[in-house]
Order: sequence, then C-alpha cells, then structure tokens
Amino acid sequence: MAIGAQEIQGRVAALLATHDPATTDRLDFLRARFDAGLAWVHFPEGLGGLGAPRPLQAVVDAELAAAGAPGNDPRKIGIGLGMAAPTILKYGTEEQKQRFLRPLWTGEEVWCQLFSEPGAGSDLAALGTRAVLDGDTWTVDGQKVWTSSAHTARWAILIARTDPDVPKHQGITYFVCDMTDPGVDVRPLRQITGEAEFNEVFLTGVRIPDAHRLGAVGEGWQVAQTTLNNERVAIGGQAAPREAGMVGVVAETWRARPDLRTHDLHQRLLKGWVDAEVARLTGERLRQQLALGQPGPEGAAMKLAFARLAQELSGLEVELLAEDGLAYDDWTMVRPDHVDFTGREAGYRYLRAKGNSIEGGTSEILRNIIAERVLGLPGEPRADKNVPWKELPR
Amino acid sequence: MTDATGPADLLYSEVEEELRSSVRALLDDHCPPEAILARCEGSAPYDPALWRKLAADLGTAGLQVPEALGGAGASLRETAVVLEELGRSAAPVPFLGSAVLATTALLACGAEELVSALAGGERTAALAVPLSTAPGAGFPATVRVDGAGTLSGRVTSVADALVADVLLVPAVGPDGAALYAVDAAAAGLTVARRTSLDLTRPLADLALTGVPGRRLAAGAAAEAAVRQALLTGAGLLASEQLGLAEWCVATTVAYLKQRTQFARPVGSFQALKHRLADLWLETVGARAAARYAVDVLARDDADAEIAVAVAQAHCGVVAVRAAEECVQLHGGIGMTWEHPAHLYLKRAKADQIALGTPGAHRSALARLVDLPAPIAG
Repeated sequence: MAIGAQEIQGRVAALLATHDPATTDRLDFLRARFDAGLAWVHFPEGLGGLGAPRPLQAVVDAELAAAGAPGNDPRKIGIGLGMAAPTILKYGTEEQKQRFLRPLWTGEEVWCQLFSEPGAGSDLAALGTRAVLDGDTWTVDGQKVWTSSAHTARWAILIARTDPDVPKHQGITYFVCDMTDPGVDVRPLRQITGEAEFNEVFLTGVRIPDAHRLGAVGEGWQVAQTTLNNERVAIGGQAAPREAGMVGVVAETWRARPDLRTHDLHQRLLKGWVDAEVARLTGERLRQQLALGQPGPEGAAMKLAFARLAQELSGLEVELLAEDGLAYDDWTMVRPDHVDFTGREAGYRYLRAKGNSIEGGTSEILRNIIAERVLGLPGEPRADKNVPWKELPR
Repeated sequence: MTDATGPADLLYSEVEEELRSSVRALLDDHCPPEAILARCEGSAPYDPALWRKLAADLGTAGLQVPEALGGAGASLRETAVVLEELGRSAAPVPFLGSAVLATTALLACGAEELVSALAGGERTAALAVPLSTAPGAGFPATVRVDGAGTLSGRVTSVADALVADVLLVPAVGPDGAALYAVDAAAAGLTVARRTSLDLTRPLADLALTGVPGRRLAAGAAAEAAVRQALLTGAGLLASEQLGLAEWCVATTVAYLKQRTQFARPVGSFQALKHRLADLWLETVGARAAARYAVDVLARDDADAEIAVAVAQAHCGVVAVRAAEECVQLHGGIGMTWEHPAHLYLKRAKADQIALGTPGAHRSALARLVDLPAPIAG
C-alpha cells in the first residue's frame, strides 16, 4: 500500500518538530530531511525516500517551503540529482547507494558527467577514453569535454572504453570517477558568451577502484541510457504560464520601447509569440498525457521547439534593440555555477541560445529520432554496424 | 497577460474517441478519394447519401445542440472531432457551413425550430457571408432591407450554400443590423455556383432582389450571433486543418517507406527525414492549439478570442505546409490529377483564407495580447 498525502504531511510535521528550520544548521537540516525519507519520496526507504508516488514530492516541497526550511539548491547540483542519482539507484551496489546518494542530495558532494569527447559528440558510443583493469583497479586515460561543474565536482559519472575489439556499443563500461585524483586535470572551456560554464577534463593515469564500477563490464552503454533518458525527462517538466521564458523577455522590451518598433519586427514578433504559445500548449498537453499515464512522443518534440524558439526570439530582441543591440554586457571570463538562459542582457541571451540546439542532443539528432522512432522511417545505411571499435575510421 | 480562467482539457475523452472511430469508419467506407474526385467534377459536388448517414444516422449535425432541441447535447469538443475526421478525408459535406456556422448563429439567436431541423440532419443552412470573412470583421453590409422587410443585394463566395435549404442572411436596414432566414427556393434569390479553388467545398454567389425573409435577430443580438458564429467557425476550422495535415503527413510517410530510388527507400535519406520530423512537430503543435481553442469555446471561456487567433495563425499555416510537402515528396505522382494529394492542397489553401488568414489572426493578437504595431508616421 503506497503512502498517501496525509502520511507524508505527518512526516514533514515530525521533521519540523525535531529540526526547527530557524535554529537548525542548513546541512544538519538537509541530512535529517534525507534520513526522514523526504528528500525524494519516490526513492526507496533508507535512501532518502519512502517508496511513495513521485507527485507527492510536491506536497513535501510546498510544506517545507512554507515552513522556511532550507533547500539543497538544485540548480547547482543538477547533474547529480537528475543524472547520477537515478543511474546509481538503478545500477549501483548497496554500498554505492549508501555511500553516494546522501551527500549527493544534500549538495555536500557535487557531481559532473564525463561522457562527451572531442571525437565523440553526437556519436557518443564511438568514445575513445580507455580504461584498463590491473588487479582490482582501473587506469583511465583520455579527454572529456563540455563538462559543467567539473571544477566544483567531487565525483563524476564516466563512460570509458574497456574493450576496443568489439563493436562500439559493446565495449563501454560505466564508472564513478574521483575528481580529486591527481590524474584529473580540469581546464575551463571558454564559450562564445565569454564565460566558461563548461570544462575540458584531461584524464592521465586516473585510478578507479573496481568497486566504483556501475553495472557490468561492457554494459556501460545500457547504463548510460538511464542517465541520458533522465536528462531528457528534465526538459519540459512543469506547467508554464503564458509568456514565460524568452518570449516574455522580448514582449516586455516591445511594450517598454515603442520607439524601437518596426513593421518587419512586429510581424516576426507576432509569429514568434504564436509559436511560443503553441509550444506552451504542446507542453501542457504532454503533461496531461503523462498524468494519465499515456506518455506521448511529444517529449522529443519539446526540446526541438524550445531551441528554435529561444534562438529566433533572442535574435529578434538584439535586432529590436537597434543601437543598444550593438553593446554587450561583459566579456570577462567567469565560471558561473549555474546557467540562466533568460538571464543577463540580450546579447548574452542570443549567444547562449546557440547552445540550445547542440547541448543534450543536437536538433539534427533529435530529428533523426523523431523520423525513425515516431514516424518509423528507415535508418540511414551505416558503416559502423558489427565493426570492432578499433577498426572504425576516426 | 491573461491566461485561461479555467483548466483546459487538451486531451480526447473516451466518448470522443468512440465518435472518431464511427465517423472514420463511415468515411473510409463511403468516401474514398476516387469517389470524391469523380463527384467534384460532376454537377452534384456534395454527397447527399453520405450527409444523411453522417448527419442524421450518426447524429453529428446536432452534437452542439441541446437534447431539448433535438440535438445530442454534447459540445463543440465533439463537433471538433468530427471536423478532424472530415479534414482527414476531404469529404464533400456541408458540415462546417451548416452544423458549425449556421447552427452556432441560430443557437445564439434562439431560433429553436430551425436549430432542431438542422440538428436532425433533415435540413441544412448556410451563413451568408464570404468564406474569407474573419471573426473581427464588421457586420456584413452587402445586403439591404427595405421598409417592407424584403432583402436585396449580393453575397459572394458563400460556403455550403449550394445545398442549403435555408440561408442566414446578415442585412442592414432602416433599423440597423439584422439576421434573416431566407428560404433557398424564395422568389428573387439566385444561388450560382462558383468555380472554386477547393474542389471539395464548393462556393456560391447569392443575388437577392426583393427577397422575403424572416427576421431572426436585430441590432446587437444579430451582430453578436454573426460574431459568435465566425469565432466558433474559425476555432473549429483549426481541427479540420489538423486532420488534413495529419492525413498529409501519414500519407507521405507511408509513401517514403515504400518508394525506392538509388536502391534505398527514399524515406531513409536524412534530407527527407528531417523535413518530415519538422512537419510532425508542427502537427503536434497544431493538435495542442486546436484542442485548446475548442475547449475554451466549449466552456465559453474569456480566453476564446486569443485561443482562436493562435489556433488559426498556427494551423492555417501547418495545413498548407503539410499539403505542399505531400505534393513535393510524392514527386511526379504528387502532381497528377489521379493522386488525391491535390484535393488536400486545394482544401488547405482555401482553409488558410477561410474565416481569416493567419496574418489577419496575428493582427488580431497584436490587439488582444498588447503587442501594438508601430505608431504610424
């Protein structure tokens, strides 16, 4: 019998009775909340959850927010919460779950993701970072890229090639990598906005105990699917009001600056406004389907639509601003600990939006996924089927 | 910025899905593309037998009409599902003109006797306005009423008037705006078929010379009835455009899987797959926009004007693009008279103009959502 809202509320009240948010240290409160099973209620008991239905988390969050309880600042630990945790839960050993999940959730230990490589982007399974087993320790050599939070991370989820003699998807293994290992070299990767949200990570003789392997040797690709599917779940998650996001920013500028209006921009703004409203309704319809347990293929569509809209509207705003559009707020190289697509000024928003159709699956790959998995169109002829990884052209 | 005042239901109920199955089965049986092609070149462009089955036997003509008036007591949501299926089949029936435009106007006037006759499917009516009239247009003034209460004037490009038993004619007289019911057989009325771009929704020009009519509503009530009919018609047309676009996508996908060139199914070429993926994405948006429009119309929600303008601005474009892609991606066969793709292209292009172009609906939004045009000068 699953736990109901009433019992959850009782547990929240019990937590607040023993740990008054006004007088309890932030970290102590977060640890107590985890131990009370109120971190993520859909997780199992003993691992920060109660085995309760996932929607009940909203009840917990609302009650705790109302009581002024501190949060775990999910923006700064998104990779841990959204990607590492579900993968550890599904594939981790009991020891791994006990060791990693609590400090991951409280934010004591930040996580990053070592997947993409300079030579393995859309074709992630072609990755070349090698891991070789000697006794009960793996030695890892290679280079990873587009790693956000690498400079603050304590741990990384890592996929590496453990068998080059089999086809590419079969020779990959999934690890937890210690980012404090002396062989880990993190260098900021400056991007077109001037800042460095991401890093390059060079791995030279990095030692990983076999006890930090997630899943079986050679099954890292399947394990990684759990990570990547959870990445896509995060997109389009919550109901948005009309004019949320980039369209609202541009609409406000339009209303505030009648001196900038032109007929051309007016037509394009109205088109963009309609597109944004249609995307909002599409997301709302998807949520209604999910609530009824009928997940539709609209999820793949949402990211494509979001990227196109963000790019069109942010570009429109720079143009609308005319002389002000010639300016940029700041090119200083900083390393932000989270990203806000609608933050800063118009020039930043325009440049950052360029990444929306590249990160988390390019729009081209998403179109392939829609064409093949939703519409059932045949795949392209492939040169890499059943060929050992080491024989593939690189 | 205002949002809908109530929670919108963007999905389909079980009842709506059952209705869809019945309508689709009927259309699959009675309305194959070959039959439509043969019919639309002849002298009887509508299919009266199909209309009887659809309107009377299945009861779709009275879906939005209360049971007390002989209807099904359902709502515009169900009516829109029928329109999706009619768009999918390009069926030549006067559903939009009679069951949507005329019925909505008559319900707004409280013309119960006529509503009942239309709901049962035994009679049809048409709202005598050019099909291109947008919801925000002023009250039509091309027909005048004289002191004796007879009507004179012209109305061009009226949809579904050719088979209508009754014409609902907006007219302006000494007492201002009024809406009249005119018998199709009345002396002084001519209904002339136009050669229309859309083969499956014939248009007619009406000429009235001293025609007797029965006044249904006058003044603000008449204006409100016509406005409500046009707004509802535009909102529900989005569902027809959705159904049409879905037929085009499904038909094109099926063809691309089966057609082989360069020793490969042409559907395996990425250049074509990406076009289909983009088109599919637009139809997903069209479904959300169309469902939202019909849901707020059915609940008489204050967001209806915005919802209808969004649905028309989006769905009008999507249906045309889907039909154009359908023709292009079929290659040579798509250009032939024999292949039905052109029926959908012609319907889609005419629907884009019907009840306001996408541009007209975007201009309406500029006012509705406070995104004003540049100040002149």
